Amino acid sequence: MESNVKPMPLPGKPAAPDTGTLKGFLRFLAQELKPRGKILTPFNVVTGIIILVGIAIIAVRFARGLGAVTNLSQAYPWGIWIGFDVVTGVAFAGGAYILTFAVHILKVKKYEPIVRATVLNGFLAYVFYSGALLLDLGRPWNVVNPIIGNAFGYGSVLFLVAWHFLLYTLVLFVEVSPAIAEWLKWVKAKRIIQKVTTATIILGVTLSTLHQAGLGGLFLTAPSKIHPLWYSSNIPVLFFISSMFAGFSMIIIESMFTHRIFSDRLDEAHRASHNKILLGLAKGSASVMAAYLFLKVIDLTHGHQLGLLLTPMGYWYLVEVAGFTLLPLVLYVVAIREQSTRLVQGTAVLTAIGVILNRLNISVIAFKWYEAVRYYPSWMEIWVTLAVISMELWVFRWVITRMPILGAPPDFTAKEGTLNNLDDAEVVRWKVSSSWKVSAS
Amino acid sequence: MTISRRNFLRVAGAAGGILLAGGAKSARTAQTPQTSAGGIEFNGMLIDTTKCIGCRACEEACNAQNSLPKPEVSFSSESVFEKKRDTTPDAYVVVNRFPNVKDPDKPIFVRRQCMHCTEPSCASACLCKAMEKTPEGPTVYHKDRCMGCRYCMISCPFDIPKFEYNSPSPFVKKCIGCYDRVARGEQPACAEACPEGATLFGKRRDLIEEARKRIYRNPDRYHPRIYGEHEVGGTGYMYLSAVPFRTIGFRIDLGTKNYPELTSGFLSSVPLVDILWPAVLFGFNYLISDRGEERGKESGDGE
Repeated sequence: MESNVKPMPLPGKPAAPDTGTLKGFLRFLAQELKPRGKILTPFNVVTGIIILVGIAIIAVRFARGLGAVTNLSQAYPWGIWIGFDVVTGVAFAGGAYILTFAVHILKVKKYEPIVRATVLNGFLAYVFYSGALLLDLGRPWNVVNPIIGNAFGYGSVLFLVAWHFLLYTLVLFVEVSPAIAEWLKWVKAKRIIQKVTTATIILGVTLSTLHQAGLGGLFLTAPSKIHPLWYSSNIPVLFFISSMFAGFSMIIIESMFTHRIFSDRLDEAHRASHNKILLGLAKGSASVMAAYLFLKVIDLTHGHQLGLLLTPMGYWYLVEVAGFTLLPLVLYVVAIREQSTRLVQGTAVLTAIGVILNRLNISVIAFKWYEAVRYYPSWMEIWVTLAVISMELWVFRWVITRMPILGAPPDFTAKEGTLNNLDDAEVVRWKVSSSWKVSAS
Repeated sequence: MTISRRNFLRVAGAAGGILLAGGAKSARTAQTPQTSAGGIEFNGMLIDTTKCIGCRACEEACNAQNSLPKPEVSFSSESVFEKKRDTTPDAYVVVNRFPNVKDPDKPIFVRRQCMHCTEPSCASACLCKAMEKTPEGPTVYHKDRCMGCRYCMISCPFDIPKFEYNSPSPFVKKCIGCYDRVARGEQPACAEACPEGATLFGKRRDLIEEARKRIYRNPDRYHPRIYGEHEVGGTGYMYLSAVPFRTIGFRIDLGTKNYPELTSGFLSSVPLVDILWPAVLFGFNYLISDRGEERGKESGDGE
């Protein structure tokens, strides 16, 4: 597309083909698709086996029906493929909308170094979770019905969720695409994308608001099935608010790993501001959690459910709300006062567990808590979930090592031969040692 | 007996009598529509459990009507009553036996099938209109539209839709109120097969009148309540019983609010958020952005 940005060929390495032509693009893609670095690392072997067996299980699922691999029943139509993969996974992907909101709308420059990684994470999460959703649908080939079909169920919360889910995935793709354009060195494309950035992000925040809330709204139709401690007409609001601190904690956790594993790809600015960023995220998370707990207390007292706290389900409720929401809130506050990033990271893990508990409680555990025969996931359901996560990690790693996600984006306005970042990107190799550490060769 | 009779009169006075009074009646009809939007009155069924003898003729007729596979235990065998049964993808109606708290020698038989709610939760939950409430009354299933998400099963307060978990091309199965027969003006197969007249098919309004009449005339025979008259906004299939419904497997905690109303508040906020949010965010962005100021400065500086 732009011939004047051809990078300087590195010694001993074929020149990067011109991606402007179809032939050049395909050659470039073929070259990039090749694995880099050592293949037989412990991480690759373990996740590779998980993915292979997972694919076999998925094949059985499509050949013989959901009953062949899942523990789903007439009483429990939704298991962990919905409750964990979709309902929990989407909450954690909330980091993308909250961070783009902070950086692009509120212009908080501090978080700029982590926006791309977070958005990429969000995008991949959506792609893989909607993929996992297809596994759970009985008739996935009809998934387009509410989108292009003649049967629009306007009155359905799921209709709302499906549309916002689809549109937001497209929005996330647009938000990721500057990195793709830089990777392909498509200068003009990047310029066009940059023009629509603000509008895209506003659309993304709007869509996220409704579909994070909508995922909770799905459960409004089950007042007689969800334990009264968890059922509330505020579920949509609670889901929306908790998706914020789920997003914040996921960014913190994710940065723990990327900093260790992809440390060579981080630029100095990123590294230097990292502590500040973590403490800022902790502040954001803590304030949102306070609002969330306030709403929880209102629900509890207005519903006159205090007596229910002294039942087995009540204790379980306290584990979730006091142990994994109130406690992390306190710890975040302590961490902010002590300026301890270590504590922030640990607390983020606790918070994430709290979010997982909350989503699983509403969709699986406190759902039909009265049933004599309870649902618990089969090993194959768990395995497929792990396979989906493994596949996502592979793609995440592939993108991180090839596209300018963690480092500063290349400067397209500079003159030929000064695309330092891009050339650096080509030098970096994958080398996963036994400690999962990547170092430049 | 006298106590129960007095109790009955009190309840009947409170519930039935007041409801029959003009103002209250119109308020109730507003809450529970008896007719479809087109003005056609919904059909329904009145199931009198005091008349049911547990012969399972309804099950057999349903099986034939819907071409369902033969059951493992024959329809004439009583052994099925030893365990509580639920409907399955292959059995849209099942009869269960319950001990009679009033008269231990006479067990109570209760059939279970789709209730054909006046405002069905399944139909409002379905994102591709595979579940649909017809003007005739039955809630039907369009299998060509269904994507198998099973949200109808989550939403149904009676846990009626059943999913074919062991099929690579599964459908949701449930009683569709013999829609074809009803549309032709016939009654559902199960009602026609019932030898005891325990299932009465007709217009919902007439069925409620009939049910009330039975309760008034035989206060000793009936528990003074029509299950389904108000539950979840009213159901098409309604029940009469000799004993409290709680004791024969019915949920009495479902409330009288129709289920689509549970999500209507949230759904009505959607257009609001979709319009207001972008406007507010653009405003914010514009407020914070210093692009305009910079441009002003540049031109002022004149370089």
